[in-house]
Amino acid sequence: MLHLAAEEPQSPLFPVWPEIVIGLICFSIVFFVFYKKLLPAINKALDERREAIEGGIEKAEAAQTEAQSVLEQYKAQLAEARHEAARLRQEAQEQGAVIIQEMKAEGQRQREEIIAAGHTQIEADRKAAASALRQDVGKLATDLAGKLVGESLQDHARQSGTVDRFLDELEAKAEAAR
Amino acid sequence: MQKELLVTADAQTLAFEVDCHLFQGSCGFPAPSAWSFIFDPIFSIGPVDFNKPMLLAIIGTIVIVSLFWAGFSKPKVVPGKLQSVAEILYDFVHRGIAKEIIGKKGEPFVPLLVSLFFFIWVMNLWAIIPLAQFPVTSLIAYPVGLALLVWVVYMSVTFRNNGFVGGIRNLCVPSGLPKPIYVILTPIEFVSNIFVRPFTLAVRLFANMFAGHILILVFTIATWYMLGTVLGTVYATASFAVTLALTVFEMFIQALQAYVFTVLTATYLSQALEEAH
Repeated sequence: MLHLAAEEPQSPLFPVWPEIVIGLICFSIVFFVFYKKLLPAINKALDERREAIEGGIEKAEAAQTEAQSVLEQYKAQLAEARHEAARLRQEAQEQGAVIIQEMKAEGQRQREEIIAAGHTQIEADRKAAASALRQDVGKLATDLAGKLVGESLQDHARQSGTVDRFLDELEAKAEAAR
Repeated sequence: MQKELLVTADAQTLAFEVDCHLFQGSCGFPAPSAWSFIFDPIFSIGPVDFNKPMLLAIIGTIVIVSLFWAGFSKPKVVPGKLQSVAEILYDFVHRGIAKEIIGKKGEPFVPLLVSLFFFIWVMNLWAIIPLAQFPVTSLIAYPVGLALLVWVVYMSVTFRNNGFVGGIRNLCVPSGLPKPIYVILTPIEFVSNIFVRPFTLAVRLFANMFAGHILILVFTIATWYMLGTVLGTVYATASFAVTLALTVFEMFIQALQAYVFTVLTATYLSQALEEAH
């Protein structure tokens, strides 16, 4: 179990170069594997992860913005539609009032026309009746007077206008009496 | 030189006298000493002896590379379990050390800091791995190699970033102090930054792991040494409990020393990257 060292014993404070070399070689291996391969790989993955997370947040924000804009658009459309409806109603009311007004005016006009036509007709009828009556009365009077006085009076009376004169006088008397 | 110091530990046999027991025979406690850190070569190539710590260094390298290879070689955006763990470890050094101490300019040094931290941690961890049970970093050559490397990087970054004169100024003349102080401070800073820093960087790691290993050895050997009689077994039980506690404590120290080494490296680099005032 006991071994006697052939060479001088080493002091624990004296570094031996083979151990320094082995230590540095081992460390270099660790360093270069980290430096060349592993840390670039993991940093890339970490960056990708950060991007993925940030991308997700951005996407959510974009969706929210879009939703907001759609909502605003919808509200604007709704308001516009309400406004349009109100406008149409207003217009319809105005148009209705105008139409009623026009109808009233038209009715009035037609009524007046009908009344005027009636008056004219009545006047014409009255004149016709008066003229017919005048002739008939004259004829009857002449006939009566002829029977009383003689046959030929009729022609003479027609020529002289006696009957008319007589009737005018009668009318004048009636006027005076009134 | 005492004869006991010539005893060596090797990979195949226990590193102490196993026949000695308390209250039995006349031999004393076979205390661990410098011989506990000297291993018989497994084989030799010319003047170079290949021993157990070298083997552990190589296995440790393979372990680090393969674990992180499994985690990082085909990284997913949605990570698996191994990748998640590797990412947390990587993030600890990347964010916790590089960004925290150097800032944005530290990005190019992240691979160096990451490899330093995990290399040193695993080399320290060998102290409590069954069968290995030897911290590679308790051999001063390994911390010295790493400290030399850090020193070279520190110096080249200083001079590349500031130019020659600016580099000397960066190393020797801290800004913003009353002028007479520089008479004293400049030589101190010069010695401190160029010689003391790499030295302490190496020795701090070495001494911590060396002392930790000695402590665990003392109580492990004592546990074995005191076994045998009834009273001795009671002592041995206490000693074994201390060994367990020390093992847990060492786990903490191992990670802490790896962290300290990496943080100090980052601090030096951050100073080298400072703009001249």
